[in-house]
Amino acid sequence: MATLTPLGYDDLPRLLTLQTGDEKHDWSSLSTIDVLWVLYDRVLGPDDRFLLSKGHGPTAYFAVLAAKGLLPLDDLTGFGTFDSRLGHHPDRMLVPGVEISSGSLGHGLPIGVGMALTGRRVYCLVGDGELDEGSNWEAVQWAGRIGLATLTVVAIDNGSSTYHWPGGIERRFELEGWSVVVADGRDHDVLEAAFAASTDDRPHLVVAEVRR
Amino acid sequence: MSMRQRFYRAAADVLDDEPRLAIVLADIGASQLPKHPRVFNVGIREQLMIGVAAGLALEGYRPIVHSYTPFLVERPYEQVKLDLGHQDVGAILVSTGASYDASSEGRTHQAPEDVGLLSALPGWTIHVPGHPDEMERLLVQSLAGDDRVYIRLTEESNHAPVHGDGLVVLRESDGPLVLAVGPTLGPVLAATADLDVGVAYLATVRPFPAGALRAAARGTDVVLVEPYLAGTSAAEVSRALVDRPHRLLALGVPKGEFRHYGEPEEHRAAHMLDADGIRRSLEGFLPAAA
Repeated sequence: MATLTPLGYDDLPRLLTLQTGDEKHDWSSLSTIDVLWVLYDRVLGPDDRFLLSKGHGPTAYFAVLAAKGLLPLDDLTGFGTFDSRLGHHPDRMLVPGVEISSGSLGHGLPIGVGMALTGRRVYCLVGDGELDEGSNWEAVQWAGRIGLATLTVVAIDNGSSTYHWPGGIERRFELEGWSVVVADGRDHDVLEAAFAASTDDRPHLVVAEVRR
Repeated sequence: MSMRQRFYRAAADVLDDEPRLAIVLADIGASQLPKHPRVFNVGIREQLMIGVAAGLALEGYRPIVHSYTPFLVERPYEQVKLDLGHQDVGAILVSTGASYDASSEGRTHQAPEDVGLLSALPGWTIHVPGHPDEMERLLVQSLAGDDRVYIRLTEESNHAPVHGDGLVVLRESDGPLVLAVGPTLGPVLAATADLDVGVAYLATVRPFPAGALRAAARGTDVVLVEPYLAGTSAAEVSRALVDRPHRLLALGVPKGEFRHYGEPEEHRAAHMLDADGIRRSLEGFLPAAA
């Protein structure tokens, strides 16, 4: 099955173009692409869960899933069309490899808390703009209070929140009892180390800084 | 023992026997349930409560989620829609307070809209038990599934449980049919004792038993008595009888900002859902009853 042959990081631009038909790529997708690659290439174990809470701009996610053989390459063409399994927000009932359907902001992290309670290791990607939604903070507070060490959040900070507060994300998570690492969201080795810096008694946050 | 107390006892009793069962709370009920590795109290965080239940369900657990009606159904409504429905996972939502059990608390603690809201979403089974025995049977029955179930607890209770599933005909007649939902049965029986009308009982309102209603409604007139927002199931009755000329009177809690405290009985009477009020509504609708 040629379509399921694993591909590399350098193939991702081609896989993005298959979806969009365009050499120029949507910023909201590009902001996540390095974090997604590091997670799927170096971090996630076979029993771990990855939740794309920030469901906007999922073409990078679909490209990574396809590169890793989780999603057939043929699915990438026709992105967003009526009969396509791929659209502007991912649907777990349609797309192989997708753990949750997302799009409305602030839902993935609370669901991830529920998964992590069972002992499952859960990685949840949120955006800095998404953190405007109050539902996230219900999850951040409680996960911190109960020391939910099986949960890791990666916050893509590209300053897209309307009232962006530089340094605010890491300070707030720290206040809620999380371990926190701020990393260059483009540097794969730095990101890998940031994920590895999780503790066994607290939930873990990686702030992946991405310049737009 | 009230329906609410029976729920706590029943849930605690089955925790050890049902390894998939998890209970998710937002403070309400936490002091009534035992400390247990599968009882999670997230504090006063109802959006999280539903999200956590969804995460547990995605991992194969069978969550029971419990709070006051408005904080279980209305405040986290988008979580109910997306985290449960759109993810295609199930949970058993168990509300307490019904429409006006919390009469003295005011509008903030009352949610007669709950059944209508959940009815608007696909895939929900909705139980409105009228007696603690019915509640316990429906709860235990729900544990085995993976579907989305709502159980609406109330402090109002009929004198005795009704046995049987679905629409149960209690009094046969070729005349009008009065369909009593959950705890409205007691007042309905009192209001219709001397009338030539059929009486049927329903504790599970979704899916709506269209076929059973068609069989039970022998005349042209149907009176629907629901203990929540009036007309919530009117469209279901219309659909069931679409090919038959019929008249429908849909009784329930009126839509409105009802700014009164006091006792539940006073609210029931004000909404004309006590025996006297139901009788007066019947007399207006059914010439033979006047």
